[in-house]
Amino acid sequence: MAYSQKVVDKFEQTLKNPKEASVGRWKPGDKDFHRVGTGIVGAPACGDVMKLQIKCENIDGTNKIVDAKFKTYGCGSAIASSGELIDMLKGKTLEEAQNISNQEIVDILELPAIKIHCSVLAEEAIHRAVDDFKSRRNND
Amino acid sequence: MNTYYFDYASTTPVDSLVVNKMKDCLSVDGAFGNSGSRSHIFGWKAEELVEEARVNVANLINCDSREIIWTSGATESDNLAIKGAAYFYSNKGKHIITSKIEHKAVLDVCRQLESESYEVTYLEPNNDGVITPESVKTALREDTVLVSLMHINNEIGVINDIEAIGKIVKQNGSIFHVDAAQSAGKIPIDIEDLEVDLMSFSAHKIYGPKGIGALYVRRKPRVRLQPLFHGGGQERGIRAGTLPTHQIVGMGEAFKLANKKMAEDYQNLSKYRDILWNGLKDMEEVYINGAIENAFPGIFNMSFNFVEGESLIMALKNIAVSSGSACTSASLEPSYVLRALGRKDELAHSSIRFSFGRYTKEQEVKETVELVKDSVNKLREISPLWEMYQDGVDLDKIEWA
Repeated sequence: MAYSQKVVDKFEQTLKNPKEASVGRWKPGDKDFHRVGTGIVGAPACGDVMKLQIKCENIDGTNKIVDAKFKTYGCGSAIASSGELIDMLKGKTLEEAQNISNQEIVDILELPAIKIHCSVLAEEAIHRAVDDFKSRRNND
Repeated sequence: MNTYYFDYASTTPVDSLVVNKMKDCLSVDGAFGNSGSRSHIFGWKAEELVEEARVNVANLINCDSREIIWTSGATESDNLAIKGAAYFYSNKGKHIITSKIEHKAVLDVCRQLESESYEVTYLEPNNDGVITPESVKTALREDTVLVSLMHINNEIGVINDIEAIGKIVKQNGSIFHVDAAQSAGKIPIDIEDLEVDLMSFSAHKIYGPKGIGALYVRRKPRVRLQPLFHGGGQERGIRAGTLPTHQIVGMGEAFKLANKKMAEDYQNLSKYRDILWNGLKDMEEVYINGAIENAFPGIFNMSFNFVEGESLIMALKNIAVSSGSACTSASLEPSYVLRALGRKDELAHSSIRFSFGRYTKEQEVKETVELVKDSVNKLREISPLWEMYQDGVDLDKIEWA
């Protein structure tokens, strides 16, 4: 599998400095956990599982993503796609986040056709995380 | 850092002694002649070299050199053996026995024969990856024309008991074909002790060139094959086509060297396998795919749970290994061999095959132990599955989306 240099770089940066690459988690009990939305997509049997968390703040009446974290089990391009997604999310409103399409990730990382499902997984993860966040807010 | 090659089960570099012998068979001042030319010295010289190589191959397995047929490689040998015997003896029956963990060169031939009204039984290996003689015995039928099984499995290194299986197949009067692409020159094979009718060999798995192989075809009792290629009648009409002298000489030399170095090679490979396993076995959630006992030490397959194989290969960027992960294959399916062992799909996705060889150095393996540990730990740090495992979550009970 010949990956683009961008996938390789993103993958290597993530491994080398996971904290800086936003690898991590917010867990129940953490301060502000009620302001975190979590999306888990994929399955171990399929070789990819992506867990995305977004932390939102209400700024001037709109919920904006102020921080995001991820963990990913999967091939190099799945890990790179998750990292790329995180970079896109920060500062976006929930609506803007939901409008991110997998094609943007494909374009940035120059993913080969056989790896497009990695970007689709990333797109699904946002939707799950946003839905999860919204359901929590209703429960507040 | 240098790049370390641990993918010898895929292919090997050609030994320089072999290269030198091959060079002498190509140019105008060498033995470039057609071994089929009976009318001049150029042909005679090439024929002499071809026959010398045939003896070298025969010596490795202790057979008569007239029982060796040159082919383009183990894939052709498998095709010739299985189709050739199935077609020739089709009036005996149209049932074939093979296993679920054969190389594609056997499985795809069997699939083809299924489309030609043959019936194929695919035996399940036991949990270690062994095809037991009992399972063969149970599957044999009166109309079983052929049994085709591999000697050493290319993904997990497990060795089948060809001697015991051969006796059972012989009793049934069926033809027994063995794919020895991974075993020839690596572990002893003495055809005198084995009830084997056909055996496939490859040169490039044992420091010879790619594009050349051989098929052992028993003479006593004589096994007949319907040829795949028709033409100039070479190889007693079983495999037509001008013989590639340089390739054949390369294979002969490689097999001769293997005969000489087998014990030493084996000892080194065992040492490397032990260094690797002893260095990694204390990590959490590490599994051997196959076995340590009854397995060829040059092929060692492990799964690092919660880490996807392709990402591990990418992290080990200066180490050439292969994975059973779907992501390294075009089909996006994880290894059918590991699945047949009853491994869960996620463990198949997490597998890495290390295969060592003659040019592997102890220091390389030692460095690799540390690199693997470091990379697995880093990838687990970013793995949500590892996080769940650490939290005590039972992953089997989760409904995955």
